[in-house]
Amino acid sequence: MSCNKYLLSILVDNEPGVLSRIAGLFSGRGFNIDSLSVAKTTDPGQSRITMVTKCEPSIIEQIKKQLNKLINVITVNDLTEKRYVQRQLSMVKVHAHIDKRAEVLRIVDIFRCRVVDVGHEHYTVEISGDDEKLEAFLSLLKPMGIIEIVSTGSIAVARENV
Amino acid sequence: MKLTGAEILIKMIKEQGVRTVFGYPGGATIDIYDELAGHDDLRHVLVRHEQGAVHAADAYARAGSCVGVALVTSGPGATNTVTGIASAYMDSIPVVIFTGQVPTALIGNDAFQEVDIVGITRPCTKHNYLVKDVKDLARTVKEAFFLANSGRPGPVLVDLPKDVVQSVTEFVEPGKISLKTYKPTYKPNKKQVAKVVDLIAKAEKPLIFAGGGVVLSEASEELTKFSRLTNTPVTASLMGLGSFPGNDPLWLGMPGMHGTYRANMSIGECDLMIAVGVRFDDRVTGKVETFAPNADIVQIDIDPTSIHKNIPVSCPIVGDCKETLTMLNKMVAKADKELVCPERIGWLSTINDWKSTTPLRYEQTEDVIKPQYVIERLNELTDGETIITTEVGQNQMWTAQFFHFDKPNHFITSGGLGVMGFGLPAAIGAKAARPDKTVIDIAGDGSIQMNIQELMTAVESDFPVKIVILNNGCLGMVRQWQELFYDKNYSSTLLENSPDFIKIAEAYGAKGLKCTRPDQVDQTLKEGLSFPGTVIMEFKVEEAECVYPMVPAGRAITEMILV
Ligand SMILES: Cc1ncc(C[n+]2csc(CCOP(=O)(O)OP(=O)(O)O)c2C)c(N)n1
Repeated sequence: MSCNKYLLSILVDNEPGVLSRIAGLFSGRGFNIDSLSVAKTTDPGQSRITMVTKCEPSIIEQIKKQLNKLINVITVNDLTEKRYVQRQLSMVKVHAHIDKRAEVLRIVDIFRCRVVDVGHEHYTVEISGDDEKLEAFLSLLKPMGIIEIVSTGSIAVARENV
Repeated sequence: MKLTGAEILIKMIKEQGVRTVFGYPGGATIDIYDELAGHDDLRHVLVRHEQGAVHAADAYARAGSCVGVALVTSGPGATNTVTGIASAYMDSIPVVIFTGQVPTALIGNDAFQEVDIVGITRPCTKHNYLVKDVKDLARTVKEAFFLANSGRPGPVLVDLPKDVVQSVTEFVEPGKISLKTYKPTYKPNKKQVAKVVDLIAKAEKPLIFAGGGVVLSEASEELTKFSRLTNTPVTASLMGLGSFPGNDPLWLGMPGMHGTYRANMSIGECDLMIAVGVRFDDRVTGKVETFAPNADIVQIDIDPTSIHKNIPVSCPIVGDCKETLTMLNKMVAKADKELVCPERIGWLSTINDWKSTTPLRYEQTEDVIKPQYVIERLNELTDGETIITTEVGQNQMWTAQFFHFDKPNHFITSGGLGVMGFGLPAAIGAKAARPDKTVIDIAGDGSIQMNIQELMTAVESDFPVKIVILNNGCLGMVRQWQELFYDKNYSSTLLENSPDFIKIAEAYGAKGLKCTRPDQVDQTLKEGLSFPGTVIMEFKVEEAECVYPMVPAGRAITEMILV
């Protein structure tokens, strides 16, 4: 069976233990979490979890139902088939020997991201964008020698009010 | 009104209509016990192990159709409840477990008898709470009962730090509980229900498959009515036994790994299955691809996650079993078309043929008692009012096969988790809920030793229970697998050394009766049943007897090994 990527936006009570309930549900039932991001919302009593999960189409319904069953989960919004804007933030530490610096900067320029830290041997570049942009960026940087990548999980917002 | 946490707790428990709690004290709950002693209208039953408290509360809930309550201390008291909680969770039984906890200031410090019981029980409770402020206590307790006993029921744990229980606050009556994120769907979708009427009118070979959900939602009457109105035969899972009268001509017996031939064959052949309050456990379905291969499946369940989980369903209905069946019966009664097509007669006679050619069977010889015989005689010698609990293993399966349950809530077993040691504390809990009833634990010689300490609880608390030990000298069900699938390599399953159960009974102040001959079975049962106190009736039975039919794990349920 084929695995698809799903993007879920989950509104939860802002309470201790909620994230552990969700993580526990995934590990206990053998679902996998690709990426996860949690932050507060305009309502201090609620948090927003954006989750990317990869699974078979038959499993995603079960995941959504199981999430909904948790008492602290307020809504589960599956954005996958909807129109949404998605972003992920990465910081990429890349080798920048004197002879490669210009090339790195050129790529940075093309992708409209920025260098946030400079060392004798490296640059750290901050980039945000959707999956595609980040992938393209990394594939171009790779020949320069990537030292480390630190990324947030995806966050996403639906285009229409849903 | 200023009250301590302990006072609030007891007050709120009583307000929920609870009259009995099962528990065991300790340092973290000593304040609660101090308060409890003054309340004559809330009985505390002192169990002898915390696991027993939860099983007793579980059975109390089932026999009494209410919420069961267990109260234990922190650390080891709390961890001892986990098996009981997991069992109640698998069987969807409303139980509220109160655990003591170290004072809030010490939480996280590895304090003496500290354990993160909220973390430990997260995956086996419907929900759980750590109460950090006495001001939240009353509401939390009320919410816990509400969650345990609404929607798909289940255990809810409330962890109570010692300082919270000790502190004093102005008591505020919590209002009606309404949670914005929790709104179980009781009312089914009318259009979906109407589809069932069409399906049943078309069906030549319909079948009802009832489960624990029917018992929990008290829908037995509606189920029976529906079956009779549409002349549809009924099979029921282990948890659903008693939801349909076991003596009815439309009754097929239990399906699955040790199901009756006719129940399993009916599943294989039916063209419509109406599944009510069942979750299609693998012990029932066998190989899922071959389960009811020709049938349209209607699944009625209050929990949406149960639907489509194991078996693809063509007509899902989310709703309470009772409400759905009530609606369905109304539609059936008003239907303007014939709902029982002529082919139905052929279906019922096929089923009857299966029944007469391949009934449950065993052979009682002159010299050795067969375990099935004991259960059949017990069925004969008791009336339909007796509550039966079981342990786990062959004893449980033979009870399901050979005892006929006519009413719901009279068969209490650990279905989903299959906990050896469940039956005795469960019998005590059932007796506490229904002192008017005879309660019998049908046990194996292995299982009974797992919570045998509760004999003391039964004797002391004056909740006399009857224990039938089918002593086959082995861990029979595992031995059976070894015999059939592991070349008779009886690794660690032969119980060559067991205590003298008669002496054990006597040591606890109960009565012990031993029976070794088939012609004495009736006499022993009669004597045990008429004895007013707690009694162990030990039957020395055939060691090598196996439970048949048997479907090897992972096979189609129509591929049965028969005797
Ligand atoms: C707590 C627990 N441990 C282990 C098992 C695995 N198990 C299932 S049936 C069984 C044998 C039970 O033996 P006994 O109580 O003598 O009953 P019998 O099958 O002989 O009737 C065992 C060990 C279990 N179900 N529960």
